[in-house]
Amino acid sequence: MIHFVLLISRQGKVRLTKWYSPYSQKERTKVIRELSGLILTRGPKLCNFVEWRGLRVVYKRYASLYFCMCIDEDDNELEILEIIHHYVEVLDRYFGSVCELDLIYNFHKAYFILDELLIAGELQEPSKRTVARLVAAQDSLVETAKEQTSSITNIIAQVANTASL
Amino acid sequence: MNPFSSGTRLRDMIRAIRACKTAAEERAVVRKECAAIRASINEDDQDYRHRNLAKLMFIQILGYPTHFGQMECLKLIASAGFPEKRIGYLGLMLLLDERQEVLMLVTNSLKQDLNHSNQYIVGLALCALGNICSAEMARDLAPEVERLLQFRDPNIRKKAALCSIRIIKKVPDLAENFINCAASLLKEKHHGVLITGVQLCADLCKVSSEALEYFRKKCTEGLVRTLRDIVNSPYSPEYDISGITDPYLHIRLLKLLRILGQGDADASDRMTDILAQVATKTESNKNAGNAILYECVETIMSIEDDGGLRVLAINILGKFLSNRDNNIRYVALNMLMRATTLDAQAVQRHRATILDCVKDSDASIRKRALELLYLLVNENNVKPLIKELIEYLEVSDQEFKGDLTAKICSLVEKFSLEKIWYIDQMLKVLSEAGNFVKDEVWHALIFVISNASDLHGYTVRALYRAFLTSTEQETLVRVAVWCIGEYGDMLVNNVGMLDIEDPITVTECDAVDAVEVAIKRHTSDLTTKAMALIALLKLSSRFPSYSERIKGIIVQNKGNLVLELQQRSIEFNRILQKHQKIRSALVERMPVLDEATFSGRRAGSLPTAISTSSGAPSNLPNGIAKPATAPIPDLLDLSSDDVPAPSSSGGDFPQDLLGVDLSPTLAPSGAGKPPKASTDVLLDLLSIGTSLPVQTGSSASDILSSSQDDKAPFANFNGLASLSSLSANATSPVNAAPMMDLLDGHGPGPQKPEENGQAYPSLVAYESSSLRVMFNFSKQPGSPQTTLIQATFTNLSSNVYNDFLFQAAVPKFLQLHLDPASSNTLPASGDGSITQNLKVTNSQHGKKSLVMRVRIAYKTNNKDVLEERQINNFPQNL
Repeated sequence: MIHFVLLISRQGKVRLTKWYSPYSQKERTKVIRELSGLILTRGPKLCNFVEWRGLRVVYKRYASLYFCMCIDEDDNELEILEIIHHYVEVLDRYFGSVCELDLIYNFHKAYFILDELLIAGELQEPSKRTVARLVAAQDSLVETAKEQTSSITNIIAQVANTASL
Repeated sequence: MNPFSSGTRLRDMIRAIRACKTAAEERAVVRKECAAIRASINEDDQDYRHRNLAKLMFIQILGYPTHFGQMECLKLIASAGFPEKRIGYLGLMLLLDERQEVLMLVTNSLKQDLNHSNQYIVGLALCALGNICSAEMARDLAPEVERLLQFRDPNIRKKAALCSIRIIKKVPDLAENFINCAASLLKEKHHGVLITGVQLCADLCKVSSEALEYFRKKCTEGLVRTLRDIVNSPYSPEYDISGITDPYLHIRLLKLLRILGQGDADASDRMTDILAQVATKTESNKNAGNAILYECVETIMSIEDDGGLRVLAINILGKFLSNRDNNIRYVALNMLMRATTLDAQAVQRHRATILDCVKDSDASIRKRALELLYLLVNENNVKPLIKELIEYLEVSDQEFKGDLTAKICSLVEKFSLEKIWYIDQMLKVLSEAGNFVKDEVWHALIFVISNASDLHGYTVRALYRAFLTSTEQETLVRVAVWCIGEYGDMLVNNVGMLDIEDPITVTECDAVDAVEVAIKRHTSDLTTKAMALIALLKLSSRFPSYSERIKGIIVQNKGNLVLELQQRSIEFNRILQKHQKIRSALVERMPVLDEATFSGRRAGSLPTAISTSSGAPSNLPNGIAKPATAPIPDLLDLSSDDVPAPSSSGGDFPQDLLGVDLSPTLAPSGAGKPPKASTDVLLDLLSIGTSLPVQTGSSASDILSSSQDDKAPFANFNGLASLSSLSANATSPVNAAPMMDLLDGHGPGPQKPEENGQAYPSLVAYESSSLRVMFNFSKQPGSPQTTLIQATFTNLSSNVYNDFLFQAAVPKFLQLHLDPASSNTLPASGDGSITQNLKVTNSQHGKKSLVMRVRIAYKTNNKDVLEERQINNFPQNL
């Protein structure tokens, strides 16, 4: 199973973390620090796997972002590379040629998409189209709800509030 | 309205944080935001709740504490609208984990949402449950999840399937409830449901043998068929990845088949055809295809098979190994490691390639390859492989040298076919990467060297040469210094020259120079310097003409800030100055170690320590904790470690000098506290090391040996008593003073037996066919605690005893002082005797009577004899 997913920028800034195994806040910080030290320093032509605390971390760099997934020793590393790519393609489709800034300002969207891809550290859906459709359906549910609130309450403050999300 | 909360939108906050130039600035912005969010939370501001939570999530990703927002997640989840729930569940998964008590409060909301009419809300609840549920929640909500496995929408079914995986991992008892539903998921057509269903079945098999049996019987056929269908399916754009339809499904099916086929010939048989098809037909030019092949190879190697498929699998791995892609090579190495147990011969064929991988520029690949190569080494290929590895050691990265050195040393030790080969290889390792060599490795090397008596000359010369070329490697310096000290004469005189050796001319001066370099090297640590001091002392006797120069070097350490070195320096200086005549006996060559004892102790040192400490310490009246085991045998053991008897049975000792491990007697004290730091071991080493020369000596050295005997148990019992990490360092100052007195020869002169001492009857302390020891007792007036004992030794045999040496050890409540013996030669047939005075102070006078362990060593007919005895029959009230 996937124990956690990390998105780290080339500068070592964390862009997204998702933990499928319990790690306390302290451990999380430590894990991120250790792994960014390990991964960001690796050369471009080296393999995409790093052995770490008896687990394996599979990472792949897309532009300025490193996508990292931590798996058990007996999991299929090559498949994880495909899963990472799968996620990136869905993000790309959703944002339309995704960039790091999209993921910073819309981090919650990146999470919603990830939640349609993985649950309990296992792959949920192999079809990119299905993932995109499900996320879009839920987005439109939010839109409808927003419109309803704005028409009913008609308070400007609330419009500003919901628009912020 | 709160003046802060209306402030920034999420986007503005992110922008503000990104604009920060320093970490301190960022912290300030975050602190301000957090304060505003807290204020808003306190006001129970509903309008901004989900904006606040979104901000908190961002702050959490940055690594700041956000626990105060946890209740907000719960409130959002409990609200009715989808947008609130969506952000609430997201926050729940991000801000909390299964170990937080707060999580329990969400169980009820989850239950309601799992039964919600809106399928997306059901989906959100399943997702949260699958990602962070605890065992209690799993138990409470399992029925809901079970029901959702049959939900009309496949997207809910797949989520429920993954959620079930989490539930059965948390509560394996619930597995049987899921077996039937899971089996029905395997018949689905929807890929999402199918892959999650297959995954669920695989996880069920792991936690329940019942499930394994069920799926093996009922589902193997179906799974094989599904795999065949998907392998042969025409192009389908929705699931296609580089020409392969749904590799994820391939991989999961292969994984489940592996679990079903493992240990079951029948099930394995049913899947061989399709495995062969996957192994041969899958395209291997893209990652997706390779991922499938990789999984397929693993399945082939795990199931029961006659070997036909395995050849196919090993061939695939061979192809992987020669792939240019590092990822593929990495997984190949990984898999070959598992294959070694199945077919070592087939893996051996790739040895050369694997050796190349050890030298790869990629650390992950190097590590894998080294581990694999380690498994492949055997008697036939060890020599060329070690040669290659050592050659690589010269050029490898610093960070890889540690691993590499450890593996080489372990292999060399494991396959040491000939001693000379072992010594040669170890010398190469020491010269290349001596700083990475672990202590036990070079200890073992010294042990082997001392045992290989025909190679002493060769080894010391080789070490000398290596030392001349490089003094960078600490352990090389240590071993070299030790050998030069022991075998310095062989170095100079080219003793035991082997044919393969180049002749070398070393003068006595060169040898002393080498040790001097070692002691003056500024990188030398305490151990090395201490070893160099001992080596110098030994050389002073080997090369008498350089005695003065050596004394000069030793004296330089008189003012050393490290107490141990200072003390040794002063002591050794005394030996050189005032005890010329005993010096050569003091610094004799180390006795050869007994191999069985050494390996036994190496292997068993830890268990011994544990078992000895299991004897619960009993508290003595004076509050000193003492092990339940009798102290006397302990003392004896200790002294047997200390005293290198001329016979080979004292062979334990050099090991202590090397600091290989603590003697068993020290183990009880060691076991009660954290593992001793290496310096502690070293201090033991030093104190014991000095007792060596002294105790092999003749009469005058008895003074020293007795004081050492005192000291050793003292240190030992101190350790026992306090159970704290009281190092020998603390005890040495106490002992240093009397010790120097003794060395100065100002010890109390022989005591005259007091006339009133006859109140106590004489005691035949020891009698054997060859020797009788009589004790006469007397007391000094005014000090009832102190007993003066005059020991008289009589030779009952017809041979003269030379090098006669009497030693005694006492438990802690006693203090023993030995005066010099009257002679070290005992004439034959009772024709004369040796007397020696002992002074025993009993701190528990009146409560406990005396007890003593004695050891007598002498030479007769050029044979070493060692006799030991415990004396318990002292008169009462001594």
